Amino acid sequence: MSVDFSKYKQDFPILSREVHPGKKLIYLDSTASTQKPQIVLDAMDDYYHRHNANIHRGVYTISEEATELYENARAKVARFIHAPSARSIVFTRNTTESINLVAFTWGRKNLKENDLVLLTELEHHSNIVPWQILVQEKKIRIEFIPVLPDGILDMNAYKNLLEKKPKLVAFAHMSNVLGTITPVKEMTTLAHQVGAIVLIDGAQSVPHLPVDIQDIDAEFLAFSAHKMCGPTGIGALYGKFDLLNEMPPFLGGGDMIRKVTFEGFSTNDVPAKFEAGTPAIAEAVGFGAAIDYLSSIGMEEIAKHEQEIALYGLRRLEESGGIKVIGPHNQRGGVLAFDMSGIHPHDVAQILDSEGIAVRAGHHCAQPLHIKFGLPATTRASFYLYNSKEDVDSLIKGLDKVKMMFD
Amino acid sequence: MDDLYREIIIEHYKNPGFRGELDPNDYTYEDENPVCGDHIRVDIRVNDSGIVTEAKYSGHGCAISQASADLLMEAIIGKKVEDVKKLTKQDVLDLLGIELGAVRLKCALLPLKVVKAGVYGVGKESELSDLD
Ligand SMILES: Cc1ncc(COP(=O)(O)O)c(C=O)c1O
Repeated sequence: MSVDFSKYKQDFPILSREVHPGKKLIYLDSTASTQKPQIVLDAMDDYYHRHNANIHRGVYTISEEATELYENARAKVARFIHAPSARSIVFTRNTTESINLVAFTWGRKNLKENDLVLLTELEHHSNIVPWQILVQEKKIRIEFIPVLPDGILDMNAYKNLLEKKPKLVAFAHMSNVLGTITPVKEMTTLAHQVGAIVLIDGAQSVPHLPVDIQDIDAEFLAFSAHKMCGPTGIGALYGKFDLLNEMPPFLGGGDMIRKVTFEGFSTNDVPAKFEAGTPAIAEAVGFGAAIDYLSSIGMEEIAKHEQEIALYGLRRLEESGGIKVIGPHNQRGGVLAFDMSGIHPHDVAQILDSEGIAVRAGHHCAQPLHIKFGLPATTRASFYLYNSKEDVDSLIKGLDKVKMMFD
Repeated sequence: MDDLYREIIIEHYKNPGFRGELDPNDYTYEDENPVCGDHIRVDIRVNDSGIVTEAKYSGHGCAISQASADLLMEAIIGKKVEDVKKLTKQDVLDLLGIELGAVRLKCALLPLKVVKAGVYGVGKESELSDLD
């Protein structure tokens, strides 16, 4: 039985806003950041109204409450991705910081000159640049698993690259441009066969697909709350506990230490070891509420709903003429990046905005991928649980207006 | 909105008068907008009295950046290089005849940034700070 998703739209106050007179917001940029349901806003508001205090050190009531709320959020995140324990979840600022944490702690300790890191051509800059910094700093090497013209990873090339014995394989579970869903489990198993560690950029998969990290068996998984109905300023890094335990700390300061003397310090236990300073407490509470919200709908259902809209949108865009959508044509996430010949994405996005339609224009932090596809920029429409086929119809109408203006 | 895509902008975008490259040239420079990847190159020739005699632009970008480049080339031809250095953000907006939000402002100003970096020479980025 399929769920009626139209009822969820009203959970998001911003979606009833008019952005221009008579033009209601039609939000098609959830890949960049999602909107927040009222219950997430309420949870954060309630935290500040009733429980606000610094965590972990206070013995008074509200500090204990704040600590409990913060740690409960960690447990919710762990359950959401089927992690074995909350101790495997480090709170960070976002996916970017999670990946940087791995590069600068695990990477600095374990990667040496000439060690190979495998990435894919569809990565977001946040899973390229941290490793390029290690190329500069430690002379490691990077090779890229190619993307085939239809947006799928070249698995034969991957298998060949594995023969070069990489130390780490790091890749996105879902592309934020092509919508490609990568075969994470198969890729992880293959990487493990040559002794490589696996990091998955889950920025687009954790919000949109059911993810069971123990089943995938990757060592690390990075994601952001703001892309899954939660607030900005908080994200998570899942790591296998033994690895996290052996990794050097990331930032130094309060909370991450066990003991400090004038001579030196010893580190706190995982995950506190990686959470120096006062964390984003209200945001953690909001993150937990977002996870409750998504779980109440069901990730299987959300994935199915988005896939339906994506395939409908793909068909409508291609039928409308003069538009080329990049990425796979069968199984894909709710992301449609496209090129309108002769019309720059900035102009497309600007004219759509006049109809209240929010899409993104540019290279979407995946410049190497755009170079590969020979496009300096694309226009991107992306969907979440609060979008509908009617939103796609509005997009098509808006694009007709764009074509008319440039005709 | 329909203001933003005024006839003049669409016209200069679709039928540019100053697209191309000049080789040899007296000043050449190129740069891009890191947010959207728009890329503009400008080539300029000047005569012995320091007056711009020819100016061309190339590259790719949105209608606003391309129309701005085309209008700017037209505007600097016949001007002294010293006067080109004095052109401001407002001069470009006057050429385009539109109001722009922060993001699109960068599109509109990229051509002037490139022109100024060209005539000032690399290393004088401080002269361009008002265009950021
Ligand atoms: C695949 C992918 N990885 C990483 C990121 C970076 O996420 P954040 O900006 O939250 O760190 C994004 C965001 O667009 C993304 O889509």
